[in-house]
Amino acid sequence: MRKVAVYGKGGIGKSTTTQNTVAALAEMGRKVMVVGCDPKADSTRLLMGGLGQKTVLDTLREEGEDVDLDDVLRPGWGATMCTESGGPEPGVGCAGRGIITSINLLEQLGAYDEEKNLDYVFYDVLGDVVCGGFAMPMREGKAQEIYIVCSGEMMAMYAANNICKGIVKFAEAGGVRLGGLICNSRKVDNEREMIEEFARRLGTKMIHFLPRDNDVQRAEIKRKTVIEWNPYAPQADEYRALARKIDANSLFVIPKPIDMDELETLLVEYGLLGEEVAEEVEEVEEVAA
Amino acid sequence: MNELVPTAAEAKQELLEIYPKKVRRKRETQILANDPEAPPVIGANSRTIPGIITQRGCAYAGCKGVVLGPTRDILQITHGPIGCGYYSWLTRRNQTVPDELGPENYMTYSLSTDMQEQEIIFGGEKKLKQAILEAYEIFKPRAIAICSTCPVGLIGDDVHAVAREMKETLGINVFGFSCEGYKGVSQSAGHHIANNQFFKHVVGQSERTVEGKFKINMLGEYNIGGDSFVIEDLFQRCGFTLVATFSGNACYEDMASSQQADLDLVQCYRSINYMAQMMETKYGIPWMKVNFIGAKSTAKALRKMANYFGDAGLIDRTEAVIAEELAKLTPVQAEVRGRCEGKLAMLFVGGSRAHHYQDLFTDMGMRVISAGYEFAHRDDYEGRNVIPTIKVDADSRNIEEIEVLRDPAAFRLRKTEEEKARLAEAGVLLGDYEGMMPQMDKNALVIDDINHYESEKMIELYKPDVFCAGIKEKYVVQKMGVPCKQLHNYDIGGPYAGFEGAANFYREIDRLVNTRIWKMITPPWLEKKNGESGPPLAARGPHHLAHLSRLAPEDD
Repeated sequence: MRKVAVYGKGGIGKSTTTQNTVAALAEMGRKVMVVGCDPKADSTRLLMGGLGQKTVLDTLREEGEDVDLDDVLRPGWGATMCTESGGPEPGVGCAGRGIITSINLLEQLGAYDEEKNLDYVFYDVLGDVVCGGFAMPMREGKAQEIYIVCSGEMMAMYAANNICKGIVKFAEAGGVRLGGLICNSRKVDNEREMIEEFARRLGTKMIHFLPRDNDVQRAEIKRKTVIEWNPYAPQADEYRALARKIDANSLFVIPKPIDMDELETLLVEYGLLGEEVAEEVEEVEEVAA
Repeated sequence: MNELVPTAAEAKQELLEIYPKKVRRKRETQILANDPEAPPVIGANSRTIPGIITQRGCAYAGCKGVVLGPTRDILQITHGPIGCGYYSWLTRRNQTVPDELGPENYMTYSLSTDMQEQEIIFGGEKKLKQAILEAYEIFKPRAIAICSTCPVGLIGDDVHAVAREMKETLGINVFGFSCEGYKGVSQSAGHHIANNQFFKHVVGQSERTVEGKFKINMLGEYNIGGDSFVIEDLFQRCGFTLVATFSGNACYEDMASSQQADLDLVQCYRSINYMAQMMETKYGIPWMKVNFIGAKSTAKALRKMANYFGDAGLIDRTEAVIAEELAKLTPVQAEVRGRCEGKLAMLFVGGSRAHHYQDLFTDMGMRVISAGYEFAHRDDYEGRNVIPTIKVDADSRNIEEIEVLRDPAAFRLRKTEEEKARLAEAGVLLGDYEGMMPQMDKNALVIDDINHYESEKMIELYKPDVFCAGIKEKYVVQKMGVPCKQLHNYDIGGPYAGFEGAANFYREIDRLVNTRIWKMITPPWLEKKNGESGPPLAARGPHHLAHLSRLAPEDD
């Protein structure tokens, strides 16, 4: 069983990418479980055909200690298994602690047991690694490989770099490794080249470049993954390609996060076109000097 | 006076020897040879170095345990997991006697929201509200205080919002304390937090008119082992009217009407000086530092108080009480002095106690060769005049400072600046504290935030006759063959305040330092194999453990 966690800046498309990729893996015959680690509990909406799944923490709160795995782990599209950690409403309590509790409970209930014959577990984690709880999937071997969803936008790359710092921290103790960057295109100039270079500097690779396609949103409105909504859509093939690459991936590294100056230089080099580049590079070098 | 061996400078070197460079650099500023004429600048109120076994407690302990705890009829709810509430339950041996103004006593209860994982994840405000409602149903108290523990701050429960809502709902005074344990460098932060909230939510809340002449408040007296009872009796006999004690043997109504006093007495300066200053600013009540620990210092405090009011009848009665008490005490003092004169004491406790109890040892002719505080600031050592030079660091900035203004309706100037100056000339100094150092011997070692290693080393170096500290030190010290007197909770003893308390302390210390118990026991590891006893423990010198390696060959 491969244990995969997907991180990335808030709003970058982690949940969408995860579910579409999971659908493609399921199509390939892989048995996949998705664990949503977002208090909003919206990580499995496309696979489940809507929200409304009772979360692990809600169940724990209502049922007390007597929780059945079937109460919280539900079948989704393509024989996937879906569960949502859930958590407090915004601004209350500690969502991080919730994730820790939830994953521990799933383990105790046997969600990961061998007889489940799982090929993959996917953790879809909220936003940045803001505190200990959100690093939980990385810790203690809960996740072994991390994919970071990013784009050519500055803050997305900054978040990706930060997540790499988190991975480094847990790499030695927990054995977690970075499997690559997934570029979820925002149609930024030179985006593909920039993320390839960014990945190279982090010591990893851009595993796939997902072009921007409004079919993703159309499918989302129907509460479906692209593959379920229209298996012949070009974007469905993109997710299939990503799934195949992940399935065949063997490059797992401890990333080397880069410093802020280097990140900004990278943006200037790739983010601007033509004659502006030389000018800007000069300027940055001057500032750095 | 005999020069000590080793000298303070040599001892300091010995204490520091083991430390890595950075630790040594810090501890060097916290271990000083005293100069009473010109107190040296001491490093105090700074972070304990991780890994060192410190004596210190946390902000919750300072707030709930020290300042708030002794109040009998403010129902105190600890918001947090059960441990904090349970382990702060009556551990300081604060005593109280319900009276007409405050007939209820909740001190024997420990109330906690018993936060579970569910509340950590989803927030604990609902459970807190429920706890307050339940507690109200059972006890119908006139006030409820909520004390926050660490997780409350981490998950962001707003105890003050809950308090406001419950105050509205129940129509009683409900207030919260953000005294999460992790705040500040020691329990000192908790004292400050407690002072602020007590001042904001309790002082001045009562409409009651306090009758009587020479009205005073006693700040920083927590009635451990019954100290307050002794002090109250002295006040009553001299003719002072005690409005409120903060917070030993006190009730809510006392404190709520404390703004009517004409003088604030500050005993435990570190834990309550904030209150005295805020009361002076808002209501115009001057404060004076007093110490009711020790016969001389008690007499001095009473005289200063009487002279402050300047009433001839009061002064005469006060003198009569002092004379009467000293007549009873002097023979006891003389008797113990014969056995205790010249014996050595060390005190490492509190933010004021290490100073106050020196007076009792001085009364007995004993010599304090080293002392220090757990959680004091520089002014507790060097005196208030150094306050402007105290560097405010990030840790102190995290503790709320409340802005207090003169209350135009309630302010009444008790003493003009001229009157204060005249009083100062007559030896009645107001709003000042000279600190511990000016009273200690030259070259006595002053050690801030002493740790276990240094305590053991000091015992090894000087073999004191008595070591005063708290429960965390007690048994380590006693295993080294040195009696340890707890000055936080008095072990099972007390009262030690006033003249009556002084007699208790003299007798107890006499027993401790002159006991033959150490000469009569042979620890099992020194017993001879054929059943015959080896030399008793005392013959080995007090620090037998440290010398164990040296002793071993003799036993063979």
